[in-house]
Amino acid sequence: MSVITAYARARAVAAGVAQPIATVRHVHLAERPLVFVPLTLAGEANAPLAAMIGTDAEKPTLLTVPQPRNRDLRFAFAARLADIVVPYVDSFSHEVEPLRDTVCAVDAPQLIVPNPMGIEFTRLLGRSTRFRRTDGPYAVAPGVPLLGRWLTYFAERAEHPGSCALLALTDALSLHWATGQSALEDTNLAALMAWIDPPAESSGAQAAREAENPKVWPPAGPATDPEFDNQVLAPLIRAYDTSAPDSPARQRALDELEQALASQLEPTWHLMWRGIAHLRSLPPGVSVAGRWAADRRAFTDFHRYVSEGGAPQPRRDGAVAAAYRLNLLERARTTYEAERAFDDPLVMATHRLTGEAFQGTVVSVDRERRVPNEKGNLVTRPLVTVHTKDPVRLPAGAKVAAATRRSQTGLIVSVETVPDGTLVTLELSGGMGRAKVPPPGSVPALDEQLCYSGVLPENIPSPALPPVEETPWTHGGPPQPYEPSDEDAAEVWE
Amino acid sequence: MQNDTDARLRRIRGSARPTRHNARTIAALTGNPGCSRRTIVDTAGVDKEKLARHIGFPSRFGQSEFAITRTNAFQTLLRADDYAELTRLLREVFPEAPEQIQYLDLEATDNTDAQDQRYARDQALISQAIAGNTGATLFDHPLLSLNVAGQNVYLEPELLVFQYGGSAYVVQVRSFAVIDGQANGENVGQAALQAAGYVLALRQTLGNPDAAPPEVLLICPKDFSNVPTITRLDIRWQLIAVEYQLDRLTHIDTLLDALPPHLNLDLGLDASGNPTRPATELIDALRHLPARYFPECLSNCDLAFFCRHEATGHTAALGRSVREELGGIETIAEVLGFAEGTVAPPEEWDEAAALLRGAAWLYAESVAAAAYSGESAALGPSRDSREPERGVS
Amino acid sequence: MTVDTASRHSTMSGPARFDPAAEAERATQAILADFTSAHYRGVVVDSPPGAGKSTLVVRAAAEIAATGEPLMIVAQTNEQVDDLVDRLARRLAQNMPSARIGRLSRAGYTAPDRIANLPNVTVDSDLTALGEPTITIATAAKWAHVKDRTWRWAIVDEAYQMRSDSLLAIASRFERALFVGDPGQLDPFSTVDSDRWRGLTWDPMQSAVAVLLRNNPDLPVHRLPVSWRLPHTAERIIADAFYPHTGFRSGTGPGERGLRLGTASGGSTAPIDAVLNEAAASGWGLLELPARYTVRTDSEAAAAVAAVARRLIERRAVARSADQEQPITPQRIAIGAAHRDQVAAIRTALGNLPVAVDTANRLQGREYDVTVVLHPLSGRRDASAFHLESGRLCVLASRHRQACVVVARAGIREVLDTHPPTGPVHLSEPVKFPDGWVANQTVMAHLEAHRVRVR
Repeated sequence: MSVITAYARARAVAAGVAQPIATVRHVHLAERPLVFVPLTLAGEANAPLAAMIGTDAEKPTLLTVPQPRNRDLRFAFAARLADIVVPYVDSFSHEVEPLRDTVCAVDAPQLIVPNPMGIEFTRLLGRSTRFRRTDGPYAVAPGVPLLGRWLTYFAERAEHPGSCALLALTDALSLHWATGQSALEDTNLAALMAWIDPPAESSGAQAAREAENPKVWPPAGPATDPEFDNQVLAPLIRAYDTSAPDSPARQRALDELEQALASQLEPTWHLMWRGIAHLRSLPPGVSVAGRWAADRRAFTDFHRYVSEGGAPQPRRDGAVAAAYRLNLLERARTTYEAERAFDDPLVMATHRLTGEAFQGTVVSVDRERRVPNEKGNLVTRPLVTVHTKDPVRLPAGAKVAAATRRSQTGLIVSVETVPDGTLVTLELSGGMGRAKVPPPGSVPALDEQLCYSGVLPENIPSPALPPVEETPWTHGGPPQPYEPSDEDAAEVWE
Repeated sequence: MQNDTDARLRRIRGSARPTRHNARTIAALTGNPGCSRRTIVDTAGVDKEKLARHIGFPSRFGQSEFAITRTNAFQTLLRADDYAELTRLLREVFPEAPEQIQYLDLEATDNTDAQDQRYARDQALISQAIAGNTGATLFDHPLLSLNVAGQNVYLEPELLVFQYGGSAYVVQVRSFAVIDGQANGENVGQAALQAAGYVLALRQTLGNPDAAPPEVLLICPKDFSNVPTITRLDIRWQLIAVEYQLDRLTHIDTLLDALPPHLNLDLGLDASGNPTRPATELIDALRHLPARYFPECLSNCDLAFFCRHEATGHTAALGRSVREELGGIETIAEVLGFAEGTVAPPEEWDEAAALLRGAAWLYAESVAAAAYSGESAALGPSRDSREPERGVS
Repeated sequence: MTVDTASRHSTMSGPARFDPAAEAERATQAILADFTSAHYRGVVVDSPPGAGKSTLVVRAAAEIAATGEPLMIVAQTNEQVDDLVDRLARRLAQNMPSARIGRLSRAGYTAPDRIANLPNVTVDSDLTALGEPTITIATAAKWAHVKDRTWRWAIVDEAYQMRSDSLLAIASRFERALFVGDPGQLDPFSTVDSDRWRGLTWDPMQSAVAVLLRNNPDLPVHRLPVSWRLPHTAERIIADAFYPHTGFRSGTGPGERGLRLGTASGGSTAPIDAVLNEAAASGWGLLELPARYTVRTDSEAAAAVAAVARRLIERRAVARSADQEQPITPQRIAIGAAHRDQVAAIRTALGNLPVAVDTANRLQGREYDVTVVLHPLSGRRDASAFHLESGRLCVLASRHRQACVVVARAGIREVLDTHPPTGPVHLSEPVKFPDGWVANQTVMAHLEAHRVRVR
């Protein structure tokens, strides 16, 4: 939350429609994302009830579980889901491009769920299926443990700032538009879309209130509307339970269940594609492709791991794995935040308002300046002075870079208040080649408009951690290496 | 003094039977402690759910029968075979406890009018067990009492108390899952807060603050199964928080003194329990009770939809952090007026107004810059009817 | 408030006459005995503000050095390392002229003058270039890149500021270690907000000490019992608010410290003079500005903070400690605030006065005669976890030797009373005491007795 986004929310209340808080799209949208809208049975830890899934808005697949408490039916659901997810994921593994001494897939799978609870559902479904075995006394269909590995992969990628392998649509939309309601209310997809794209003749506020009515807009899941549960679902499940297998009564119960569940899922399904289309209308930010490349690399690596028969991800991270992951996440966060501001003037505006970035005009340039470095050698360090009206709070000695010249670093030499603003003098390094005199264009020119930001990717070194088998006594000593066990494979899922 | 307060609260409630405080409402005291409306309505024992429905803002705290079935099945499983599962779990925490744990089901068998006697019996039984310090006893559904705003309240006995080693432990059974050692933090937080209410009640019931340790034994289903697992939970923070808010409640008379003398929320229930009083009268009365609405209320309070409606046009409706970023300014109209320079800020808002003008200028500049560079598609639909929406207030 | 007060000072009971030097010496000897006994792989020392942590580290280092066995020392920042090098070098020069200190640095590091020319110190970025010093000292970040060697002994300084993952990177380098730090200060933090590791004993977001003790619950934990920095007037309040279960004592008795102010002149500064008089008399002052919701950089509050510091100089304040008196120069005053933009606003308001102004994070470990604090909750409508964090308030309220003046908008008690004090709870995660909300209540209750209102 920043003053700019808070102000945009206030504007949205007055305008009756959501206001942009981004001028470019900060998420990657795959050409054919796999949209996944799951429903779960109330009261259970992770009992799938139904799902609508597919890469084509017009051709969703509906999966249902007529009795979610039945273990066999749950695994049948998982097997059918696997038949959709695993081939979708595999389809990206064939086309590759060279990357250093190996290859990288040219595109990667992308899963889109309605909201953060959908990500949590994905994580738990991955957890409950990845340890299963395809042989032995509790054998499951071949796709089920693979499904578990992939859903776990997606859920873990979703923790990486800037990753788009698994998106919650409400999060993605909220990154680009501020509504006239609270962030808490924005987690309702229908209400959020009502603000972003209100129906004609209606204000966002009015449409959002209507969208909160579960009778008009069934919840986007995974939780269902309790009234639907009690009045529709429960009698149908009872009808299913009490009918004889293969009887006409059972078929009728099944048909009615499918209809009822489809009626709960379809509105959200269409909303998903509308939301995605809305996001697509924004041009992608400059750094989006680079972040997606990280998702592609992660996909390529994990696909290779799975094809080579890799074991399921452990239940929890060990000490060393946890420290590595934390480091990765911190690096992803700092890069993502800096890039987002560089890509988008509206995000940069937040930093300009707090004085961590400033925009202005170059009023003097000393392009040929050379100074001795630490070793006494002369190096080229041009000086530029920028005049700005922004409130500069960066002190001398701070490092900055310009959105339009990201590879060049500026070190603030002085900050001087003048009657009509502030003069900031910077010493530049990098991004100007090796010549003694930097070639024209490699250094800002007089009168050039520039935005310099002090919000840069922090240089977080990768940690020098011990190998897992040498985990020190301070952190519990070496953990027992994980061996997939019969018990895991047989874990109760009821 | 106390009698005055009681009489006043009775008058606010009117003719209906009071809705009793329970562990949930006591936990809720800490949810939004600044809300006088909720404090007064709860303490007076007004049926908030009925009130909200009658004035046209029904709450949506429906429970799915699937959830209820699962909870009941789990509770039954724990008590099956003479509390075999509970015994196993408690001995996991207290390995030295005897293999045979005594259990006493104190659940009321007939109507609840004999609560005083039930309470006296349960109090005596638990006190004796603790004083005797012998063996281990599990009390199922004991009735406890807690002083709330000067009134002694019997807590709905949805709990177990385990006496071992001269201490009485609150045992809470919840049906959310503990998966790989982790559970949903909000759910655990709620359980801890409710347990704090029970621990305080237990201490008061036993007349001994040392009898009930500041922890709860939390029992939940493990992973994706129905197999129960037990976790010890330190609830010292929650005890401090609940006790502090209970203490503040003893000053409820200062809140009451500020109200018009004849204010009441009597629903005028007819013989079949339906409200007959005109909703507009009740809304007028509610307006005299100052609310402190935040979006979080939507998941905690029956009256929240009414309060949200009332808060339309106020920055609080957008959330605490949004209001804080807007310098604490009360209404959207002021925010936009200051930001766009159409309203001259009073001196106390000078700085906030300056910040907002800066934000408005940067916002417009950045949006325009993007539009200029041919990316106007970025900005989505624009509709500029700048009339802030006004609520009923 | 219902914090258990009965047990607080139980560790301090005993002889009627409290002899701080003797108590501190007894504690130090017990620590050194446990550490050098080699019975334990780790010994933890909790140190309240100004309790002689560095003195302990230097003394322990000298004892190990005297045995001739190699010792590594880990600190968290270059400044902390250099401070220790400076003190150690002096100590060893006296007692063990032959002992040498190796200061392992990053490449391109220039040692400050105070250690650059010390005869018994070698500075290098390469471990082998240091030779075989008696004591090798570096930051945790630098130690993380040392491989294939172990030291028999280690001392980890500021261990509560160190994150668990930093300790993981270096723990294989030593056989046993003394962990020293202040549990009341700000916890290490991460920009990543994840519940993924909650409940794990090796949660990488926890402090090094938390993880060490959760995995090795039987390690001895000692306490330094005496704060030599904090005056007698700060003992109860800081102990009650931030060290509720352990407490500590001030090394100085009633009246041993004092603040003397010259005569006030000029009429417009009446409340400022009054709050300074109150602080001189009681060690504490609360300058309360009229209630108002403000933006973070409340210029009126910033101006008031600056005015207090300026007035202190104008009135030629003199700090007295026992029989010694010293004028309070601007260098002996610090101003603390929660946010960087507040620091910037106060600096602007101060003009050229060379008083240190910084955030709590950066004031950790420092000491001044008088501090002026902009209360983190001043002008806010609502509290947040950041603003309530007990470590933040503890750092701000425990940097002074003489007195502390807090500047705040009226209304903080209401913000605290109406704040929902509880949030999510995670299984198997130890509850950290004190809770920030409780600590803030305790401190405000105390400050209200020293309040001067500005109208």
